[in-house]
Amino acid sequence: MKNKSLISINDYTPEELLKIIDIAGEFEKNPVQDILRGKVIATLFFEPSTRTRLSFESAVNRLGGRIIGFTDASSSSVKKGESLKDTIRTVSNYSDLIVMRHPLDGSARYASEVATVPVVNAGDGANQHPTQCLLDLFSIKKTQGTLENLNIFLVGDLKYGRTVHSLLMAMSNFNPTFNFISPEELRIPNEYKLFLDKKGIKYYEHLDFSDIISKADIVYMTRIQRERFSDPMEYEKVKNSYVLHNYMLKDTKDNLKILHPLPRVNEISEDVDENEKAYYFTQALNGVFTRQAIISSILGLK
Amino acid sequence: MTDKRILSVSAIKNGTVIDHIPANSLFKVISILELDKLDTQMTFGTNFISKKLGQKALIKISNKFFEDAEIDKIALVAPEAKLNIIEDYQVIEKRDVEVPDKIVGIVKCMNPNCVTNNENVLTKFDVISKKEVTLKCCYCEKITDQDHLKII
Repeated sequence: MKNKSLISINDYTPEELLKIIDIAGEFEKNPVQDILRGKVIATLFFEPSTRTRLSFESAVNRLGGRIIGFTDASSSSVKKGESLKDTIRTVSNYSDLIVMRHPLDGSARYASEVATVPVVNAGDGANQHPTQCLLDLFSIKKTQGTLENLNIFLVGDLKYGRTVHSLLMAMSNFNPTFNFISPEELRIPNEYKLFLDKKGIKYYEHLDFSDIISKADIVYMTRIQRERFSDPMEYEKVKNSYVLHNYMLKDTKDNLKILHPLPRVNEISEDVDENEKAYYFTQALNGVFTRQAIISSILGLK
Repeated sequence: MTDKRILSVSAIKNGTVIDHIPANSLFKVISILELDKLDTQMTFGTNFISKKLGQKALIKISNKFFEDAEIDKIALVAPEAKLNIIEDYQVIEKRDVEVPDKIVGIVKCMNPNCVTNNENVLTKFDVISKKEVTLKCCYCEKITDQDHLKII
C-alpha cells in the first residue's frame, strides 16, 4: 500500500482491508508513537467537516507528525479562483501526504492524479468516504471477532447514504447477510441489489425492523434527512419508524452492536447510549486508530 | 465495388472508407476522429438512402489508416459503422467497429456534481456494457447510460 492513494474503498483488496484493520489494532494498543516525526500532513478541507478533520489531526498529532492546511474553502486561495489542480500541485510541494475533503464527486481521484504525493480521500461530495468505511470495518471486526458470515442491518437513508454504500461493497467480500430497513422513498438503489445478486449474497428489504432485530449482529443506523423527501407529509409519517429505542434491544443477540457514523440527530434515542450494545462513540474513537493505520501504511512506516 | 451509391462519391486509391454512419452522426464522427486536423484528401457524403439506417453518411479518407483503438471510439455514435480498407482501389479488409473498454474524452459525465463538469478535467469512463452502452465515470463513479450519453 506504500505510496498508494486511498480514494475509494474498492481500491483495496480484501487482504489490504484486513491488513489496515490489523495495523489499526496495533495502534489501539499503542496509540502514541513518534513514527511521523519530521513528516508534514496537509489537511485540505474545501468544505467543513469538523469531526473527520479532528479525527485525522488527532491521529497525526499522536504520531508526532505536523499538520498544515485549511478548514474551509473561504480561507484558501480557492476563493481567488485557483483551480483544484493548482492547489494540489502547490500543496504537494509542502507535504508528504494530502488528506482532502471536497464537495465535488470525483475530486479526490482527480487530486490523486495531479498530486506528486499520496492522497487520502476524506469525502468527495456524495461519492466516497473510505476512511469512514475502514473504521466501520475495524469496529465490526473488533466487536464480532470476525468479518465473516455476519447478519448486518442497515437502517435509514439507504438511497443517498454513502457510508452505507461503501460498507455494503466492502462487507460483500466476507459473505454477509444484509437486511435493508428504509422508507419506500429511500430504498437501497437497484445497482447495489444487482451487485449483490451477482455475488450471490442474501439480502432482504423491510419497511420496519422492530420484529426482526433479534437476528442482527450489527445494526448500522443512519440519519434520515427531511430534505430527501419530495413530500414533507411522507417524512412526518415515516420518521418515527426508524428510531431505535432502548426497549427494542431487549431480546437481541448478546454480540449485537449498534453503529452510527454520527452526527446523530434523533434516530437513536438517548436512552440507548448507556446500553452496552451502543457502540457509536467508541466507533468514533476507532476512527483515530484506523486513520493512524492508513497514513502510516501509505507512508511505508508500517 | 458494384454499389452505385458508393461510386457516386469518387473512389479512392488508398485509404479508409467508413460506411453506414447514421446521417445525424456524421459531424460527431468527424469531430471524434479529428478529421478537421488532417491534411489528406477526404470526401464526406450524407443523407444517402440506407435500408438499415434510413439515412446514412459515409466518409472516404485518402492515405489514412486508423489504429483499432482510434477508430473504435466512433462506435459510441455509429455502432453499425463498417470500415473498408482500400489499397490500389481494392477493398483489402472490412471490419466492424467495437465499443472500447475505456473511453477518454468524447463523452460528458451526466452527474452535474462530477469534478469533470466543474474543473478543467478530461472525462474518463470504464465501459460496463457495450450493447446498451453504459459508462462508469472513473472520477465520480456514477453511471452514464445510452439515453443520457452526450458527446462533448
